[in-house]
Amino acid sequence: MANYLDFEEPIKELKEQLDKTLELAESEKIKGDVSKRVKELEKLIKTTTKEIYSGLTPWQRVQVSRHPDRPYTLSYIEEVTGGNFIELHGDRTVKDDKAMVGGMGMIGDQSVMFVGQQKGVNTKMRQFRNFGMANPEGYRKALRLMKLAEKFNMPVVTFIDTPGAFPGLEAEERGQGEAIARNLFEMIKLKVPIICVVIGEGASGGALGIGLGDKVLMLENTWYSVISPESCSSILWRSWDHKQEAASALKLTSEDMLKNKLIDGIIKEPLGGAHANSEEMFNTVREEILKHIEKLSALAPEKRVDQRIKKFGSMGVVNS
Amino acid sequence: MGWFKRIKEGITTKSTEKKEIPEGMWYKCPKCSHVLTSQEHALEMWVCPSCDHHERVGSEEYFQILFDDGKYREIAANLTSGDPLEFADTKKYTSRVKASMAKTDLKDALRTASGMMEGEKVVVSCMDFSFIGGSMGSVVGEKIARGIEHAVKNNCPFICISKSGGARMMEAGFSLMQMAKTSARLTQLSEAGLPYISILTDPTTGGVTASFAMLGDLNIAEPKALIGFAGPRVVKETIGKDLPEGFQRSEFVLEHGFLDMIVPRAELKSKVAMALKMMKQG
Repeated sequence: MANYLDFEEPIKELKEQLDKTLELAESEKIKGDVSKRVKELEKLIKTTTKEIYSGLTPWQRVQVSRHPDRPYTLSYIEEVTGGNFIELHGDRTVKDDKAMVGGMGMIGDQSVMFVGQQKGVNTKMRQFRNFGMANPEGYRKALRLMKLAEKFNMPVVTFIDTPGAFPGLEAEERGQGEAIARNLFEMIKLKVPIICVVIGEGASGGALGIGLGDKVLMLENTWYSVISPESCSSILWRSWDHKQEAASALKLTSEDMLKNKLIDGIIKEPLGGAHANSEEMFNTVREEILKHIEKLSALAPEKRVDQRIKKFGSMGVVNS
Repeated sequence: MGWFKRIKEGITTKSTEKKEIPEGMWYKCPKCSHVLTSQEHALEMWVCPSCDHHERVGSEEYFQILFDDGKYREIAANLTSGDPLEFADTKKYTSRVKASMAKTDLKDALRTASGMMEGEKVVVSCMDFSFIGGSMGSVVGEKIARGIEHAVKNNCPFICISKSGGARMMEAGFSLMQMAKTSARLTQLSEAGLPYISILTDPTTGGVTASFAMLGDLNIAEPKALIGFAGPRVVKETIGKDLPEGFQRSEFVLEHGFLDMIVPRAELKSKVAMALKMMKQG
């Protein structure tokens, strides 16, 4: 059973009509040819979806980015590698963080080190994955894998999808701040190509902790900012009711982030979002990764690092 | 023992009821209620002589403490905040900045200066909590970048004093990327083999902790400073329990291995100078 967001109600109704028509036709309760009606409905669904998705507000984009049917990191890895993937575990210090996954994989004959936050697909798994909120050991595991990639000259691909780094007591004890800071410091000078793809939520330092790439890309319906619209609303408006306004004010959509030159590109999603046609989404992401690996591999490592430092080192707008 | 024990610390008054206390003659310690003249308090480096409470002070005070004869030259002093996102919540960001400038007589939440410390050239960046909670926006990032540049050019150490509530929300994505920017620039310092001393003061939280504040060759904190990634209120909400005493204070952070030492303000200059001397002769 598919899940629909509130603004997708018209699509849901049409889909239900379509299902019913097909069902009735099958049980032969309707006499005659239904194919015309089916075609009509399918066309109508397409145009309605197009209409709705071409005018999404920033808050609606945030909703799509959190859609429960949206594919998560391990699905992307599984699909772009066609199953040629070895998951690696542990930070070698404390434990294996289930909210941060990673390992080596092959896309065609290109080996790649994958790292990313992982959300769960049902209530039990969501808890197991800590809702995609990594602890310090998650960031340290990510760094360990990136260093491994550097040793074996493999490009790094990170998938970003997190509501933030976990704000727990033990996370603080084990140095959440230091773990993220260390990743920034090490990632910026990692000698292999790094491609970062925001596939869902890109919340704050928790996202940035695996986000310093030569190419930082956002899927069309994702968001990336310093804080979630809800928390921003609660701090600046002192109530949870202004999340829509906060979402607009934060300029957190892929278009806005690209316009402000804080990311390097947008990956188009299938009509109706990544979850509407995940097969197509995986293919597009695979193509994008390969394209960028090829381009980045043509540069000398020093040059890549230099460009990375220059890019991030010059971000910001000041008046002098 | 008294009948009542204060269990809640910190600010509990609503910001609407906040009163601006004018610069007066007297200072009353908020921890132990010890009273002394403001002049005496300044001579004590704004530390309570009775209970050792380190009062929050600004960049000017730290510059006076660290630089020889309090003499320094400010770098990129005139940078001010742009408003690339044209951000507005209940107030426009530009008017928030203007109001903060008028109230504090500062341009933004950090100043960078170069000068001599025990006869050796150093560059110091220091945050001002009074300017929008010491929040990190583009100006903070850029002034740190300029400070590092200046240190590399002059082949001298870089010191950064953090005091911040974290990222400046009103600069959203730009604010977040200041974490990347400052970390990127710090690699240039380490490439040049120059020391970076990070001094964490009350409070150092959020994106500042998760970037340059935790990346010092030496991480030094003032006593009892609040240092953490998530704020204590958020952690408390997450775990649904009261926090243990001393949680996220300097002593706690030292114990867990993220600080090299805790140094009282009165010894800050001599300790840092000594460490730098050892590094130089190494």
